[in-house]
Amino acid sequence: MKILTGNDLKTGAVTWWDGVQWSLHVEDAVDVGDHADTILARELAARRVNAAYAIDAVKDEQGVRPGHIKERIRALGPTVRPDLTLKPADPAAGDWVI
Amino acid sequence: MAEVQFRFRDDEPVADPGVTVDAFGEQTNAAAVRLEPGDDARDLIPHLGRIQLIEVNFPVFGDGRGYSAARILREAGYQGELRAVGDVLVDQLAYLRRCGFDAFAPEVPLDPADAENAFGRYAEVYQPTTDGRAAIWAKRHG
Amino acid sequence: MYKYDSYDQAMVDTRVEGFRDQVRRRLEGHITEDQFKPLRLMNGLYLQLHAYMLRVAIPYGTLSSAQMRMLGDIADKYDRGYGHFTTRQNIQYNWIKLEDAADILADLASVEMHAIQTSGNCIRNTTSDQYAGAAADEVVDPRPYAELIRQWSTFHPEFSFLPRKFKMAVIASDIDRAAMKLHDIGVQIVRNASGEIGAAFYVGGGMGRTPMIAPCINPFVPIDQFITYSEACLRVYNRHGRRDNKYKARIKILVHELGKEEYTRQVEAEFAHLLSQNIEPPLAELERIKAMFADPPFEAGAPDELDRSDPDFALWVDNNCLAHKQPGYIAATISLKPVGGIPGDATGEQIRLMGDLAKQYSFDELRVTHAQNIVLPHVKKADLYTLWQVLDANGLGTANLDLVGDIIACPGLDYCSLANARSIPVAQKISQRLAGQQQEIGELKLKISGCINACGHHHAGHIGILGVDRKGVENYQLLLGGSEAADTSLGTITGPGFDEDGIVDAVEKATQVYLANRSDNERFLDTYRRIGMTPFKEALYG
Repeated sequence: MKILTGNDLKTGAVTWWDGVQWSLHVEDAVDVGDHADTILARELAARRVNAAYAIDAVKDEQGVRPGHIKERIRALGPTVRPDLTLKPADPAAGDWVI
Repeated sequence: MAEVQFRFRDDEPVADPGVTVDAFGEQTNAAAVRLEPGDDARDLIPHLGRIQLIEVNFPVFGDGRGYSAARILREAGYQGELRAVGDVLVDQLAYLRRCGFDAFAPEVPLDPADAENAFGRYAEVYQPTTDGRAAIWAKRHG
Repeated sequence: MYKYDSYDQAMVDTRVEGFRDQVRRRLEGHITEDQFKPLRLMNGLYLQLHAYMLRVAIPYGTLSSAQMRMLGDIADKYDRGYGHFTTRQNIQYNWIKLEDAADILADLASVEMHAIQTSGNCIRNTTSDQYAGAAADEVVDPRPYAELIRQWSTFHPEFSFLPRKFKMAVIASDIDRAAMKLHDIGVQIVRNASGEIGAAFYVGGGMGRTPMIAPCINPFVPIDQFITYSEACLRVYNRHGRRDNKYKARIKILVHELGKEEYTRQVEAEFAHLLSQNIEPPLAELERIKAMFADPPFEAGAPDELDRSDPDFALWVDNNCLAHKQPGYIAATISLKPVGGIPGDATGEQIRLMGDLAKQYSFDELRVTHAQNIVLPHVKKADLYTLWQVLDANGLGTANLDLVGDIIACPGLDYCSLANARSIPVAQKISQRLAGQQQEIGELKLKISGCINACGHHHAGHIGILGVDRKGVENYQLLLGGSEAADTSLGTITGPGFDEDGIVDAVEKATQVYLANRSDNERFLDTYRRIGMTPFKEALYG
């Protein structure tokens, strides 16, 4: 699947296109099919997102999994600071990244 | 050709568009020349007496060769109009002015209020350049 | 220390409002991200993996207690309670909001600090020797010359859109503690046979994907022509440095392609011209700055003995302290490399504590080192044990300076959008694996970069590690034999790379080869230079 990601313009937070708006959670990301360029152009122009781009991902039993490790680290947070990730209570969250 | 949006001179602007540096060498009557980033400003030094306008083109704002070109020309005594053209943006204006540009023809016109702020923001400067402003060190030890 | 006058203060205050206005224009849509990006970068604001990152300038690595405290406060107020000290003697914060950035600059300006030109294709923050003003071997304190460069390079109108970034370092001793020859311009302040002070210029060094050691292009520029010479070096680069290929745009490529002789000839011609332009600050300005770097009021006759009866303290003294030029004093390094920790990170609380300790024990002064540690440069020996006890109680007493646990590591793929692999977990595992042996191994500078941009100085490590992306999987190359000291050398890749656990094993094996082969008091680097790569390769791949 193709999903869209970027950063919030004001806060810099990592966001994912959920079909309506930008979510903080990769599991909300939707397959945009052939519409990546249209959506990106519109959302960037409206400044609802910054530095956004399309990436490959797969859907598995754990949800949406970006194809590249860099995007998985963006989705979770720094692996060396589990306390600062989106899943601070899950000590094994970092395993998903590798 | 983009309009001159800001000009800090009292003389009449030259109407002719600048010719390329190569063409300028052959046309002994040309009074305006256009310098591209790859051109050597020092090639013009022998002819400065008959030049009234030098346009320095910034095809992309990140190409900073035009700043050195401007200073070299002013350091050589050039008194005519030095015009920045092309991808000239608000946040470049103060730097350009300090290197000796006295006219600006941005491809996309700039917000006049933003431009005014940009020209006037820094009251003092650390380096002497070719705009005649005294450096901070000169004021400290004046 | 340098103190701002009203001119310096007005400059940073104005910058705050200038940047606030740039942010406003971006948020209101007057400028695009492509236009805004170089503006925010020239103010140290990156967009990284998880958020904006702000890099704050620490000119020549020198800080006052109040400045350090402010850095701690910013970590707590605007970030997530910590900051990261970098290999360029700066600090960066990882979780900054664009809408807060101008307020942070205002807080910085209130303690005479800024983030000007900490990124972008301009002259960056100038680095120096972390022991400046304290080291016994320096010709003069190099920092006044670095401050001259700071002012000259701040908003330099001709050199704000260079082909690429531009880094300068200034030292004033033969022992190079600032990796001077690995900078775009390295300056060594020297004294000639007649006793006059001048500057030796080394131009075209750097790490990155094409590491090069800077050649000396002029061994003695009179000190009253020092800025003019710098301007000539920069002008030749601005006009002729390559702009067609980002990876060939650093000055090292220009110097390499032109050849040292031709580059030097062009600089000398430009220099001869610029001498007529009166751009050099008068010596009175240098004297004004030098007066602010005068020695602190050392106590004459302070006792020079240390009570070494506490073995943990004695170990820390032996590892982390450097002889001071003033009898009765010592320069103490606070390691930000606890076993298994994140190199260079410190909490807001720790940062404030270090600031307070500097006020109490080090004449209000601290230094950041390019090895990502903190120095209290002027500690009275009589106070050292008390100081160490406080450090130790707060996780700041690790005794491992220049040992294998004192790892330089870039933020890597945990934070950095340019990285190909993570650096920090590798550093943590190596630090844990070799913690028990590091005293026996002795000096071993290990440096890790998560991509070929080499922020972790891997080319210059006795052992270097470079993280690469191999088909989407992190892979680590091992390099041996680099050095960034006066005997600067570039490391050589051992062979095929390793996975994360494999690289930790590989480093351990390399240390075993060293221990098995070392003679007398050889360091790892000396043994490697003597026996060569072969025995290491055999152990790693045999």
